[in-house]
Amino acid sequence: MNLESFLLMRSEIGLLAILLLLIILEIFSNKKQKAAVIPFALILLAINTVLGFLPLESGELFGGMFRTNALLYFFKTTLSLGVLILLLQSADWLKEKVVDENKATEFFILIISSLLGTYFMISAGDFLMFYIGLELTTLPVAALVAYDTYKRISAEGAVKYILSSALASGAALFGISLLYATTGTIYFESMAEILASSNLAILGFIFFFSGLAFKISLAPFHFWTADVYEGAPINVASYLSVISKGAAVVILMILLFTVFKPLMPVWNKIIYIVIIATMFIGNLFAIRQQNLKRFLAYSSIAQAGFILLGLMSVDQLGTTTIVYFVAVYIFSNLGAFGVVQAVSSASDKENINDYEGLYRTNPKLSLLMMLALFSLAGIPPLAGFFGKFFLYTAAASQGYYILVFIAVVNATISLYYYLLVVRAMFLRQSDQAIPYFKSPFYMRLGLILAAIGILVAGVYSPLYDYIFSISNTFLN
Amino acid sequence: MDILSLFVIVPILIVLALTFFAKDLKQARLISVVGMGIQFAMSINLIFAYIKERAVNTNIMVFTKDVVWYETFNIHYSIGVDAISVVMIALTAVVLLAGVFISWKIDDLPKEFFISLIALSSGVFGFFISTDLFTMFVFYEIAVIPMYLLIGIWGSGPKENSAMKLTLMLMGASAVLSVGILGIYFNSNADGGPLTFNIFEIAQVNIPVAAQNIFYPLTFIGFAVIGALFPFHTWSPSGHASAPTAVSMLHAGVLMKLGGYGVFRIAMYLLPVGALNWSDFFLVLSAFGVIYGAFAAIMQKDLKYVNAYASVSHLSLVLFALLMFNRTAWTGAIIQSLSHGLLTAMFFALIGMVYGRTHTREIEKLGGIMKILPFIGAIYVITGLAYLGLPGFSGFVAEMTIFVGAFQHPDLFHRILTIVVVSSIVVTSVYILRMVGKIMMGPLSNEEYKDLPKATWFEKTGLILLLIPVIMIGVLPLGLSEMLKESIQPFLERLL
Repeated sequence: MNLESFLLMRSEIGLLAILLLLIILEIFSNKKQKAAVIPFALILLAINTVLGFLPLESGELFGGMFRTNALLYFFKTTLSLGVLILLLQSADWLKEKVVDENKATEFFILIISSLLGTYFMISAGDFLMFYIGLELTTLPVAALVAYDTYKRISAEGAVKYILSSALASGAALFGISLLYATTGTIYFESMAEILASSNLAILGFIFFFSGLAFKISLAPFHFWTADVYEGAPINVASYLSVISKGAAVVILMILLFTVFKPLMPVWNKIIYIVIIATMFIGNLFAIRQQNLKRFLAYSSIAQAGFILLGLMSVDQLGTTTIVYFVAVYIFSNLGAFGVVQAVSSASDKENINDYEGLYRTNPKLSLLMMLALFSLAGIPPLAGFFGKFFLYTAAASQGYYILVFIAVVNATISLYYYLLVVRAMFLRQSDQAIPYFKSPFYMRLGLILAAIGILVAGVYSPLYDYIFSISNTFLN
Repeated sequence: MDILSLFVIVPILIVLALTFFAKDLKQARLISVVGMGIQFAMSINLIFAYIKERAVNTNIMVFTKDVVWYETFNIHYSIGVDAISVVMIALTAVVLLAGVFISWKIDDLPKEFFISLIALSSGVFGFFISTDLFTMFVFYEIAVIPMYLLIGIWGSGPKENSAMKLTLMLMGASAVLSVGILGIYFNSNADGGPLTFNIFEIAQVNIPVAAQNIFYPLTFIGFAVIGALFPFHTWSPSGHASAPTAVSMLHAGVLMKLGGYGVFRIAMYLLPVGALNWSDFFLVLSAFGVIYGAFAAIMQKDLKYVNAYASVSHLSLVLFALLMFNRTAWTGAIIQSLSHGLLTAMFFALIGMVYGRTHTREIEKLGGIMKILPFIGAIYVITGLAYLGLPGFSGFVAEMTIFVGAFQHPDLFHRILTIVVVSSIVVTSVYILRMVGKIMMGPLSNEEYKDLPKATWFEKTGLILLLIPVIMIGVLPLGLSEMLKESIQPFLERLL
């Protein structure tokens, strides 16, 4: 192993360097200098994201514990871009509420180490690395959920999150140990060769799957979602719903398509039922929500059900579509959460009713919110439409027309509640409408990036075709 | 830039111009009128260009163009027109231009109104020029969704509920349609070729009968909901009644035609065996829709509801004619689409004018309008007579052709249904004549109406724009039906 092969971990090393720099800065800077942390961290992360567009070879490290290829690398860059947008959207919130309390650096350190965790998780080549990555993703977020320490609801959310993720990790770990018991290995590649459909293997898989299902908030493991989102600061909820969920979906896909491929007849049926349950539960509960954070929580549960449609097609099409949809979903959800964040920091209002008449006072924000919600609902020409249609295509390619039919029915239900927000913003007029406000620079930048993603990622077809061209790299 | 893509690009440019340059109502409507005027001129130009091109080009579609969009799925941006799409494009352009004139005085958020209206039109134009299933579906949804804002913001009455109902029903239908489209797509390699979304490539493939029987009803219903197929028509009356005038015009006049067009171009053309197997079922539904719509129209008290139910009746007639599977009936169906599009747009425009002056749409409260507003009254009577099928206007040509075509079926089932449907003409006369007689003739119902302002120039322009083609189709139907005949032939051959 020579030094050059470490470059395969370029994105991880980059993040680690940012982390160390931030820690040094935290130690050696005085209170005044700390205000500079925000632009500093943003610029570093932006550089790391841009570097991610440089090509990288495939390869393995540490005897197969860590592996990378074009698809994983692309996905990491997407996640990094997502976190960048998210941090841009939270920069002003941090400046206003947190610098005084001397906590800005912590926020960056925690969120970037969680991002590092997702990197390790999706690059894992064995279950040990996977588990370390999973924990590294989860634990910093638990601290972040409780970031508004003075708010009771925030602390409550954090406790709920840490308890349920501890349970989930435990379940996953138990599943892994059962799988180890049947195959005698924890390496993905060798397990894929040995694994056969036995009762013990299936039991192990089910435990393992339920652990991951917690992270993705699939029904019936979704109960923590709404409460935690409501309690967490908006940007943390946003992180949970896009980055942490997206990474968990992709690792689930990788494992199902490679390691658990021998068990496909079993997990196919499980996923089929989980998809239907998740979509219906997410959608039907979303209808009744008033608080936008809870609303987006249930909407993101429903979206997770849609994403799993791609798992029904165990081939290049399914892989591509899932990665593409997650990318698109990151932009759409960040758009919606970004607007909620902007409105909340300007007026402290988070309910759908409070948005009545928003178009007449803040037309641009309302427009972006509408675009983001329509993208989530799957309305052309926005990116979400293409993502959803291709998910249907993936499921239909294996003949699951009934499942697709149930999914399109759910898409129509989801359109109803997305339109409820549009109705409040555009159709209603109110004397107590949130007055006009101008968002600060970072926020606007973050919102514009999300809007560009929503508008371009669908119509610009080379993106999908590019993912398709690299997605065969891991199936072989 | 090719002649067809401009129909999509010009509206997008107008939307951008409105977004960035329009400051108030005057500028917004100026940009819209100029833009839609260009669009109208382009559509007239397209008719002549098409006739010229048709003389030398015998392909099904002319002015074709094909650009790969999503390589992975073999999705193309492929476009082309035949006579049917050309006349539909012309109809859209006319109704849209008239709609802009009718909305001359819109006061609330004028810029946004025109943006939504014109964004919607880009979807409609795109739908009519597409020859790729996926692209067509994208344009279809673009044409539907702005409706929510148009009705919800600028509508009247229970507008929020009507807008929600309309949007959900139409988007639900398009969701069903997407399953049908996927079914067609994944069967397009039945003969060993590649998977494709291209309509004319799929038409060369013999899709297995079992698949056709499943996916035909999905595709048919997906399109027919917007074509007001009974019992999925319920969005239409409440939606049209709540919508602002120009939107009712555009929706009843153009958007509902997407249904018949899609059924004809996609469902029947690509799944012919399914079409024949299911024809009786849908024929009964559409025949019922014709009768039901006509009787429901009699019972209405609100002018807009009368017209909305009349639309249900007349558009069910289009579906009825399409399900007859012969050339005469199909020609009639297309002429009926045109004729109904123009006439219903005129009706909605007139109702909007009367309502704008008297602030009521209830038949009971209106009377003697003719004496006060002679121009509006005269056009109202003409429209009514054209609507119930008076010779010399488009309505007569359309209905006559449909019934002649329908009667060509020798079997008892089709004959009886045809006779039942023909009787709807009588019912139509009842509600049209009663309505016209009560509100136009008759004694003046309210003394305050004496001072109602006369029709303005923009209202007259809008109405005359619509009236001219109505008379042209009525007086010179042969040119039109000759033009359509050739284009119908390849679609008919697929079924026989």
